[in-house]
Amino acid sequence: MPAPAGPHGSPGAGEPAPGWGSVAAAAPTLVGDPADWATAPAQHRPEQEPEQEPEPRPGPAGAAYPGHENPYGAGQGPADGPETRHDRPGGDPAGGHPGPPPGATPWGTGEGAHEAPHENPYENGYDGPPPSGAAPGGKTCVACRAGHVDTDGYCEHCGHAQPRERDHVEEELGSVAAVSDRGLRHHRNEDSFAVSATALPDGSAATVAIVCDGVSSASRPDEASAAAAAAANEALLEALPRGAHPQEAMHEAILAAAAAVNALAPEVPGAQNAPACTLVGAVVSGGLLTIGWVGDSRAYWVPDDRAALPRRLTEDDSWAAQMVAAGLMGEAEAYADVRAHAITGWLGADAYDLEPHTAIFKPDHPGVVVVCTDGLWNYAESAREMAQVLPADAAVRPLHSAQVLVGHALDGGGHDNITVAVVPFATQTEREPGAAPEPGPAAAPEPEVEARPQV
Amino acid sequence: MANFAKPSAPRFSVDVYQNEFLPEGGRDVHAIVTVTATGGGSVTRGTPADGTAAVVIMVDCSGSMEYPPEKMRGAREATAAAIDTLRDGTAFAVIAGTHVAKEVYPGQGRLAVADPATRARAKEALRGLSAGGGTAIGTWLRLADGLLRGSTAAIRHGILLTDGRNEHEEPAVLRATLDACAGRFTCDARGVGTDWEVKEVTGIASALLGSADIVADPAHLTEDFTLMMENVMGKEVADVSLRLWTPVGVEIQYVKQVAPTVQDLTARRTDTGPRAGDYPTGSWGDESREYHVCVRVPGAAVGQEMLASRATLVRPATGGEPEAVLAQGLVRAVWTNDVAASTAINPQVAHYTGQAELAQAIQQGLEARKMGDVDGATAKLGRAVQLASVSGNADTARLLSKVVDVVDAVAGTVRLKAKVADADEMTLETRSTQTVRVKKF
Repeated sequence: MPAPAGPHGSPGAGEPAPGWGSVAAAAPTLVGDPADWATAPAQHRPEQEPEQEPEPRPGPAGAAYPGHENPYGAGQGPADGPETRHDRPGGDPAGGHPGPPPGATPWGTGEGAHEAPHENPYENGYDGPPPSGAAPGGKTCVACRAGHVDTDGYCEHCGHAQPRERDHVEEELGSVAAVSDRGLRHHRNEDSFAVSATALPDGSAATVAIVCDGVSSASRPDEASAAAAAAANEALLEALPRGAHPQEAMHEAILAAAAAVNALAPEVPGAQNAPACTLVGAVVSGGLLTIGWVGDSRAYWVPDDRAALPRRLTEDDSWAAQMVAAGLMGEAEAYADVRAHAITGWLGADAYDLEPHTAIFKPDHPGVVVVCTDGLWNYAESAREMAQVLPADAAVRPLHSAQVLVGHALDGGGHDNITVAVVPFATQTEREPGAAPEPGPAAAPEPEVEARPQV
Repeated sequence: MANFAKPSAPRFSVDVYQNEFLPEGGRDVHAIVTVTATGGGSVTRGTPADGTAAVVIMVDCSGSMEYPPEKMRGAREATAAAIDTLRDGTAFAVIAGTHVAKEVYPGQGRLAVADPATRARAKEALRGLSAGGGTAIGTWLRLADGLLRGSTAAIRHGILLTDGRNEHEEPAVLRATLDACAGRFTCDARGVGTDWEVKEVTGIASALLGSADIVADPAHLTEDFTLMMENVMGKEVADVSLRLWTPVGVEIQYVKQVAPTVQDLTARRTDTGPRAGDYPTGSWGDESREYHVCVRVPGAAVGQEMLASRATLVRPATGGEPEAVLAQGLVRAVWTNDVAASTAINPQVAHYTGQAELAQAIQQGLEARKMGDVDGATAKLGRAVQLASVSGNADTARLLSKVVDVVDAVAGTVRLKAKVADADEMTLETRSTQTVRVKKF
């Protein structure tokens, strides 16, 4: 598709977009009313920051976890440590999880909040002994709570597969947090993420978040997403500290991720169903926000000032998005079509025409970047809905916010794997609202060809 | 690759082919379990056998073997060729079978140990074989069993040749004899000429985990016996079992060997532990066999996954050596709402389901033909022609074409031949269970 010119009048490199300090390259064709940009107030409202307590919110977010302030009973905030995992629900009845009562897990082993329809998903009517003492010295099956778990990860009594490490993964670094969950309808988690922090040559911090969604109809989608996320992350961790321009680094990172996924395919020309995945990444560095993507995983911008309007920062490589972009269908009609989610861009050996999309922004007000797979945005499609679900204190409690977002998707039915990274963006220095763009490396001319988003 | 160790045990591997995806509430799980034994070292006649094998050859010496006399002569020559194929060190004996069983060599309830001298004496003893008397195969097997029980060899095998029906023994007696001998030794069975009963010969081979075949022309006996004995000499591991473990609530629907021949093993189960049972597979050389396992699991919700069965190849404990697990594979069940995934049929499962149906269609078609049910025979044998054609089972297709005129193989349209040679009909029936491997994709 040609013509990056979107409804925003295609600002050229360095030309300020209304409400944002500047857009250092051609802006992606963003969804939503251009007025959003102009009307986004950038004032900080002191009473809103920083919030120490999660505020019970009306609307979908508040309804997400009735009675469950924290769905996972872990990661109460940044102070909880760099990484929290919750992949052994019920596996250690004596160990004592800090949070939920036994059984209140996302896997429906008991009466978990968002598991009402799956109270006993195994339907084998097994009435075994109580969990206590069932498996001295070994892991107890989460399904029947009677058998030991064998080395293959199956219960030696009822045969049921046990939660795997990737079924639910959480990670938090100081400046970013991510949560990935198998969801309720898929047997494994084919999403992956990578989050990391590094430093630019000038010593300032840079944050990286990569989220990938394995293509289920291809073979080994879980391996594809893991390889892509790791490769993109490594590429950025190599490029950013040596001063590479973030947008260029993002472009190269996507190519590196594509190469990593290609390498998974058997070396048979024309082999069917080579592994494939989507990718969306965000880099916060030097006061800039860099986004890159291929496929239908998304990034959203939610200002800390919730009076300001949130935005979607990516444009799906999907059938529906193409229909809308080409003016052939309205958004509602396109997304209601069965083909809506067929993706038109991906990483993998079958993708003969890889077109990484990258965009760079210079927001002049603080906010949070939500980087996610469709397992989340299917339950919060518009930027406004996403902003409603995202807790108000997302900037200071990114892990908790990511957990809440995942919980929202599980509440909605969890039909797909769910992965989300929450990346707070703080403006670097004091800046007048609506100030003119500052000159600097960020405003340097971009490699137009690579920077131009393809929509 | 050279293998300097003593005839080493082959390495076993298990591969499972299945579509593990079930729709919500789906319960039937099908899998093809492929067992391959490799690297057992190519054994030649010159290699000492170290007393690992014992073989008893049972030769029909009933009166009918002299009609025509080529049968007796062919049997004598074939037995001599089989003796020549014995590796040095192999324990062996020859039995003459009529309505009673007599030791021909070495006699006195013993087995000889193969070497040039014993082979020569055994062949000398064959000259004394003469036809006369009836047929009571159970007596032959019981004598063979007695001789083999005196051996410490791990591989204990019989080779049985008959030319007629088991007329001088109640079927129940043969049945009881087979039940008693099952697991004690394995046995190949051959029918020479066309006056024997296919079901008797295939029944012996099936019960004793050996092969069955027809040698219509006695002139081909020598070649067949040589091949059979070479096959026995290639065996290196005896009494291997396919062990299936299933979780609580999972029922085994059936277990069939589907390659190289169809053998239903479902009823041959021996319980060996909590929710585990062993199915006998006999002895193994360098070879590959395939098993179709069908289990019924409790229905579960979409997104769940369970182990439906664990298939293990087990060698039993033998004198000092503990039971050994040789290889294992997992049969899984995964519930999905992806209709494309849950409705797909695994190509291997489809292929061997077709091969099993092919064997059944031939047997039912021939049975209908014998009963004079022309329509039934035409329908079943037509279906068989169709299945043989689509699966590429050229040998079976060729045998079928001697019994029916094929009008349209793809559609399965056939006409029964008015005149069919006994040998052709018996060959088709005997070999109906032979399958071909799945085609490459």
